[in-house]
Amino acid sequence: MATALADPMIARPFRVQRMRQETSDTFTVELTPEDGGPPMRFLPGQFNMLYLYGVGEIPISICGDPTAPDSLLHTTRAVGLVTRAMRQMRPGDVLGVRGPYGNGWPLAEAEGKDVVLVAGGIGLAPLRSALYQLLAERNRYRKIVLLYGTRSPEDILYRRDLERWRAHLDLEVYVTVDRASGQWRGNVGVVTTLIPRAPFTATNTVAMVCGPEVMMRFTVMELLGRGVPAGSIHLSLERNMKCAVGVCGHCQCGPIFVCRDGPVFRYTDIEPFFGKREL
Amino acid sequence: MVAVQFNLAEHPFCKGLQSEYLEFIASCASEVSFRADKIIFREGEEADRFYLIQEGRVALEAFQLEGGPVVIQTLGPGDALGWSWLIPPYKWRFDARAIDHTTAISLDGKALRERCNSDPGLGFEMLKRFAVVLEQRLQATRLQLLDVYGRR
Amino acid sequence: MAGSRAGDAAAVVLQPDGLDALIAALGEAGYRVLGPRERDGVVRVDEVASSADLVHGRSARQSPGRYRLEDREAAPAFGLGVGPDSLKRWLQPSPLTLLTASRNGAGIEITPHRDDPPKLAFVGVRPCDLAALGRLRHVLEAPRFADPDFVRRRERTFVVAANCIEPADTCFCASMGTGPKASAGYDIGLTELRSAEGFLAESGTTRGRALLARVPSRPAEDADLAAAEAACAACAKAQTRSLDAEGIRDDLYRALDHPRWEETAARCLTCGNCTMVCPTCFCTTVEDSTDLSGRHAVRVRRADSCFTLEYSHVNGGSVRHSAMSRYRQWLLHKFASWHDQFGESGCVGCGRCIVWCPVGIDVTEEVSAVRGRVPAI
Repeated sequence: MATALADPMIARPFRVQRMRQETSDTFTVELTPEDGGPPMRFLPGQFNMLYLYGVGEIPISICGDPTAPDSLLHTTRAVGLVTRAMRQMRPGDVLGVRGPYGNGWPLAEAEGKDVVLVAGGIGLAPLRSALYQLLAERNRYRKIVLLYGTRSPEDILYRRDLERWRAHLDLEVYVTVDRASGQWRGNVGVVTTLIPRAPFTATNTVAMVCGPEVMMRFTVMELLGRGVPAGSIHLSLERNMKCAVGVCGHCQCGPIFVCRDGPVFRYTDIEPFFGKREL
Repeated sequence: MVAVQFNLAEHPFCKGLQSEYLEFIASCASEVSFRADKIIFREGEEADRFYLIQEGRVALEAFQLEGGPVVIQTLGPGDALGWSWLIPPYKWRFDARAIDHTTAISLDGKALRERCNSDPGLGFEMLKRFAVVLEQRLQATRLQLLDVYGRR
Repeated sequence: MAGSRAGDAAAVVLQPDGLDALIAALGEAGYRVLGPRERDGVVRVDEVASSADLVHGRSARQSPGRYRLEDREAAPAFGLGVGPDSLKRWLQPSPLTLLTASRNGAGIEITPHRDDPPKLAFVGVRPCDLAALGRLRHVLEAPRFADPDFVRRRERTFVVAANCIEPADTCFCASMGTGPKASAGYDIGLTELRSAEGFLAESGTTRGRALLARVPSRPAEDADLAAAEAACAACAKAQTRSLDAEGIRDDLYRALDHPRWEETAARCLTCGNCTMVCPTCFCTTVEDSTDLSGRHAVRVRRADSCFTLEYSHVNGGSVRHSAMSRYRQWLLHKFASWHDQFGESGCVGCGRCIVWCPVGIDVTEEVSAVRGRVPAI
């Protein structure tokens, strides 16, 4: 399954294969091992610490296909010191990768059930990995539904993937934007409005949610309102991370370390703390 | 009108309504359909009907000088379209346009309004249901306003 | 752990000059010896060449936000409570270089950095600090990840504990079950015998026993053991601060919205002194930088505090923005979440945070207040 970590504090050099601009502020970097060693095997939902020489390190979810790990993919917004520097990288440049860390989405638990993926904004990245895995073993699951909301049509990620998935006859894809622009003829409204009518059986579903925390809070409310058991809802949390191995303290949320106990959490395990203001 | 009453009773909006109210509402109801892109109503027009969407999608739009109409929200099967018939000055606030071929149950808002005034029991049932619709719509709109996906 | 439990090793009594002999023996065994020394009006832990270097004839008056050294006749050898230093200053040094990197063509080469730390012997370690070392070991030597630098330093550390016979006003180790007598974790444990003018010395490890054998002593008699026991018991009784350790975790989780947090936040400067002096606070951060040529980069680990805004920074802002949330985080982690994470309390009752808080916030008072109980004074 996931590659054992040789030394979890030391990064492995990876070479940039390709840089891809996804939207005005979001890009994807495709990496291969520089030492010619084996590709990094990972579970959908896990993340890496990407080290930019002399600049710093940041945690980013792995968003590629776990069944085809030769290309290691990470999508991120360019919003801080490290990510803005990363955006300037060119094919051939080298950066360091530590990982994979954390736990993955509960795909085994979803076998024999409907699977609902609810993605908000860049939250689609770690869910894309899950979707690749789910589709690779399609007959293990019943209905698969993707609900994806983002800010505007210009902010839609992975358009080609979305179109390909739409073409699957055994996969339901719903896309919505908060605000329309130009010639958008698709859905307008927050992603939570897609939940009441999405085609899945609430009592036999595993829901996987990723996006800004406020979006996840309201998504959970809608899912619960639909009758999805609280224990069947899983969220991917994000906190400040420095070490990714549970010793620097930064990623704590109540008693949990997001890097070590997560980033994927069953809602019932974090319910007392999730959504508690400033905890 | 029996066929309409049957559909009406199953619509989420009408769940739990007493049969005498259902009967009255059914008497104000008719089945309608709109082809894709048809304007259902325009901002400023008299609001004397409302619609319970059965199939298809409807876009609520606001017209702006530059760039033409902007979609504010998309409604779908099970949604109630329009509440301005219940609230003075009974004029539509937005344009509504069918996105796809859409079928709906169209209800005579004016007649319903008058009956609500004379029968508070019916009035209360209507207001209860619209309060829920308004709350959901407001909640969704607020989330849109929060612009949760971040700055550019 | 180097050395094993000494089991039934007999206790001995060191004569007054036994301390010098102990320090010398440690030096001969290749250790750099450190102990309490006075510097800048405070008791710090620094290198000592003999017992003459230790603090003599002084006592430390400690109270919320206040620390004063005063003259005292016939002061006990280790009767000064704790100063701001604890073992983490040496076991988790800040800054610490983690790796260096250099450019070679288009590639980068990353080299892990490995310190070769000296062997250190600490004389006069209080039981609360020993307990704190135990807490740190559970955090930093966890099954999933053990910090190699911490392990290396810890293995090269020799501990001569000094059980407490006099508490400071700010001590509450008895409530927390961590003192005033150390039960384990030391190589040698000393208890001062005022009447016998010497130290009862017990070994806690094989290497402790070996070192003790090289120091002149006489066998301990029952009277010596009884005197040591009584001295520690008296110390426990004399502690003026206390906390009912039972059920703190649940009480704090229930009190997340207690108005007390805001009241305390109004006093708290979020200066982070408490986290710096606390012997169990372990949070660190990393910094990356290059030299001017850009050809060499280095990553350094530094001590960090949950009281900074940057600590909880995510895209969009800090999760814990208000002072209230940061104070609550620290107290909640120390007394509640630590139980969930490591199965024990994060607080060892040393009282340092009370002394070194510029506004004198007292955690025993705070915990009692949010639990709705009156603190025992």
